[in-house]
Amino acid sequence: MSDPVPFRPFVAGTQPPLDHAAYGSTHLRHPKRALRRLPQTVSETTGPHFAPALFPAIGDLTKQAAGAPLGERIIVGGRVTDEDGRPVPNTMIEVWQANAAGRYAHPRDTHDAPADPNFPGEGRVFTDADGHYRFVSIKPGAYPWRNHHNAWRPVHIHFSLFGSGFAQRLITQMYFPGDPLLALDPIYHGVADAGARDRLVSRFDLDLTEPEWALGYRFDIVLRGRGATPFEDGGHH
Amino acid sequence: MPVATASQTIGPYWHLIEHAEMADLTRFGPGEEMGERITVTGRITDGAGAPVSDAAVEIWQASPPPDDRFPGYGRCATDGEGRFRFVTLRPEPVPGLGNQTQAPHLSIVLLARGLMTALRTRLYFAGEALNETDPLLASIEDPAERATLVAQPAGPGTWTLDIRLQGEGETVFLEV
Ligand SMILES: [Fe+2]
Repeated sequence: MSDPVPFRPFVAGTQPPLDHAAYGSTHLRHPKRALRRLPQTVSETTGPHFAPALFPAIGDLTKQAAGAPLGERIIVGGRVTDEDGRPVPNTMIEVWQANAAGRYAHPRDTHDAPADPNFPGEGRVFTDADGHYRFVSIKPGAYPWRNHHNAWRPVHIHFSLFGSGFAQRLITQMYFPGDPLLALDPIYHGVADAGARDRLVSRFDLDLTEPEWALGYRFDIVLRGRGATPFEDGGHH
Repeated sequence: MPVATASQTIGPYWHLIEHAEMADLTRFGPGEEMGERITVTGRITDGAGAPVSDAAVEIWQASPPPDDRFPGYGRCATDGEGRFRFVTLRPEPVPGLGNQTQAPHLSIVLLARGLMTALRTRLYFAGEALNETDPLLASIEDPAERATLVAQPAGPGTWTLDIRLQGEGETVFLEV
């Protein structure tokens, strides 16, 4: 039996470190020993099987309660591809976010901002055959956290993706363009590479925007590619 | 060439996507022939020995092969004591690279506030003869480090493995 094709290593600087002094919660939670390199086997190159019938989609976060949540309605969409530009089809995406006032429907969120009983804040969609996804929500609010004096998280939506192999598992956050809090956020700045940071920021998209109804934001997501890079393949670079 | 999207922490409020039943990988009723039902428990502590009470613990197993009735994947929220508990099917050995065989194991991903990227490790089962020749376990020279990957029996069909994020007894974490 031939070995499975492994996913490529990440490009240096494009992923955050586990030890990040500016983010206080990393201090006691990062391993002190170097990670041990594990050659990828079937346990890393294959991944979970989610039957869509058993993991029903929640594609409209504004319709999960009796009434409509307060806030600015938005449409978020984009495409999931790998580093070779190939679409990642039929993969599950989970999203969650604060309400328009910057508060999560979570018992441990003590931020003094109004709860919204009409906004549980959970979504789940699958990409189509071409890697595209889309969901409807409201624009979340910024919220304070206690990392340092006067610390506020930029407006964000949390994303969870699985891809086709467990080594592609990705948890990330989508930000909004023009947010002044991005410049001050240690979690966002945990990513050293400016281009990689910038790709976490969604783009306002007039084509995704629906007239008289909701603004559209585009957020494309790239999962690790498989096999050698073309550079390594060709040997001429 | 596109570059993989950066990881960001799952944060303290990921429970908005938590569904307690996801910790039971047998909930869709896999056939008896697929394998023995087991319970896997453990506790996660940080560098100060304090429980990690807001983590998402995920397991993935390529064996038995996932299908509509067995997703091969489960997720569990740690409780106030840092504990987690899964019900799943006992994995069989799976191929390694070349002619190697890997001992039965679960892949583990830890996600939490303070983890900028997923932390990865594995869980093996004590007493399994193949552990002696498993490529990963055999590559770890220090028996104490190796032991951080091996769950111990804790009653009928139950296995337990504590995970230490940092410091004395620190779990072996993996880069894949
Ligand atoms: Fe958040």
